[in-house]
Amino acid sequence: MSRAVTVARPGQSRAKVAWSVLAWLVALVFFFPVLWMMLEALKTESQAASIPPTIAFIPTLAQFQEVLSRDFPPFFINSAIATIGSTLLVLLLGLPAAYALSIRPVAQARDVLFFFISTRFLPFAASLVPLYLLARDLQLLDNVFALILIYTTINLPLGVWLLRSFLLELPNELFEAARVDGAGFWRELISIVLPLITPGLAATSLICLIFAWNEFFYAVNFTSSIAATSPIFLVGFISGRGLFYAKLAAAATLASLPVLLAGWVAQKQLIRGLTMGAVK
Amino acid sequence: MTSAGTTATAEGVTGGGRRSSSAAAAIREGRLRWLPLLPALLYVVLVTQVPFLLTIYYSLFNWNLLRPGAPTFAGAQNYATVVQDPSIRTALLNTVVLTLLAVGISVVLGVAIALLLNKDIFGKGALRTLMIGPFLVMPVAAALIWKDTLLNPIFGLVGYLVSPIGLGRVDWVGQFPMATIITIEVWRWTPFMMLIALAGLQSQNLEVLEAAGVDGATSLQSLRYITLPFIRPFVELGALLGSLFIVQTFDSIFMTTQGGPGEATTNLPFLLYLVAFQGFDIGKASAIGVVAVILTMIVATLALRTLFTIFHVEARR
Repeated sequence: MSRAVTVARPGQSRAKVAWSVLAWLVALVFFFPVLWMMLEALKTESQAASIPPTIAFIPTLAQFQEVLSRDFPPFFINSAIATIGSTLLVLLLGLPAAYALSIRPVAQARDVLFFFISTRFLPFAASLVPLYLLARDLQLLDNVFALILIYTTINLPLGVWLLRSFLLELPNELFEAARVDGAGFWRELISIVLPLITPGLAATSLICLIFAWNEFFYAVNFTSSIAATSPIFLVGFISGRGLFYAKLAAAATLASLPVLLAGWVAQKQLIRGLTMGAVK
Repeated sequence: MTSAGTTATAEGVTGGGRRSSSAAAAIREGRLRWLPLLPALLYVVLVTQVPFLLTIYYSLFNWNLLRPGAPTFAGAQNYATVVQDPSIRTALLNTVVLTLLAVGISVVLGVAIALLLNKDIFGKGALRTLMIGPFLVMPVAAALIWKDTLLNPIFGLVGYLVSPIGLGRVDWVGQFPMATIITIEVWRWTPFMMLIALAGLQSQNLEVLEAAGVDGATSLQSLRYITLPFIRPFVELGALLGSLFIVQTFDSIFMTTQGGPGEATTNLPFLLYLVAFQGFDIGKASAIGVVAVILTMIVATLALRTLFTIFHVEARR
């Protein structure tokens, strides 16, 4: 309807060009630091720290090669283990819980839901010290397993809310028919819910990925070398004074890439996930 | 479904004989429903509630991991220290300033950009893809890029770009530390606010706007009286979630200013890090934890009320 109107009037198409130019300018300003990070990563060290900054240059992959061939991969692998492990755990714990809060809800479903979300926004000050002491006593400091458990804690409340919002969309008749057939909880979950909830699992995994992959506070305090994740690798560049800008940019790009790509690919799921299912 | 269960129980209590067995079944069914919930619930209680009780317990002890000897009972002494400590008041103030400004600015910018991207323009999809970049980049990585390659007084691009107007060689991070942190957080959270506002705008009924146009409303009037009230709950949700995240800001402070210069950018999470992991003062860190939780509970009660109204329709199902 609106398209017919815009095509009809030439004045409006001029407005369209003007608004488009403004929108692109704004978006490029916001995107610029991301672009600059990627550009710096493709420079030589002397180009990356030149005065004035180098704008035109022949791109090189040397910095990526250097970062990848040296000490970065173990950090990246730790990030992957902590992220994938915690995401699986969130789905495993979260899906049955979401089921008990939507399809066959417990009587206090609303209280439980708000209890879950209140734990997500508890400041980490609330549990930091005991968790640290516990991890120390169990020899879990500098152990990826501790990160898996912590990231599960961080993401489980969001996961439960989000999965529940997807389960609520499944038509009731589906379950009524299954119950007539005498399907139990597990059969219902595996043969009816799972195939229909793939978008929900994807959205939940995306949100878990973003928060676990980018997490820094626990990573920096609970790991030192063996279990250190990608952001900890970047801490090594913290005092750089124009020395390793290109390498820093290459490492920053590599560390950011998984979340950037996943978020770009799954933009629809992103909004829904970030608002715990409230905005579709 | 829930109400059906309760009716069955009530009937079972008043009726007798045959009915009571169905009531027992209903109760059993009600209990069975908890089973899928238990693993997640137990997990969360175990890793958040139990540690919090321990935090309260530890906060009553004089206990520093760097000092030899067993912890001694200190009563409320840690709390007395915390309440009188000027560092804590500074950190509290910094937290409030950072959160209010970062949330406020990113909400305004986010809504403005969402309105822009909701117009009839070229390349909407590409624009949105570019816009969400800042939110997705690893915060630690972004903070380093800002500090070293953009804001550095010697090598930074920003200094180079503004040198024609006589602002080259400014040590942005050193001279304007809080403004730097706020800039980085606004840059990161504006896309988040924009996404939520945009989702609100896209769910708006266009016929209402057209009708308003037919009735002679200017586009500014439509914006003021129809569009903005319509997306208000979306914006509130964004502001609420955003503030709960921004209150916990740590990454950008750690990577750019380390809380300084002095205590200029030390917020509560960073202060906690200093006390717990630089000072290893278990007692004092725990007391800070308890105070932080009390403050959060006050703010969150208000916030959750908003959240509840937003989820109201959904939660009833």
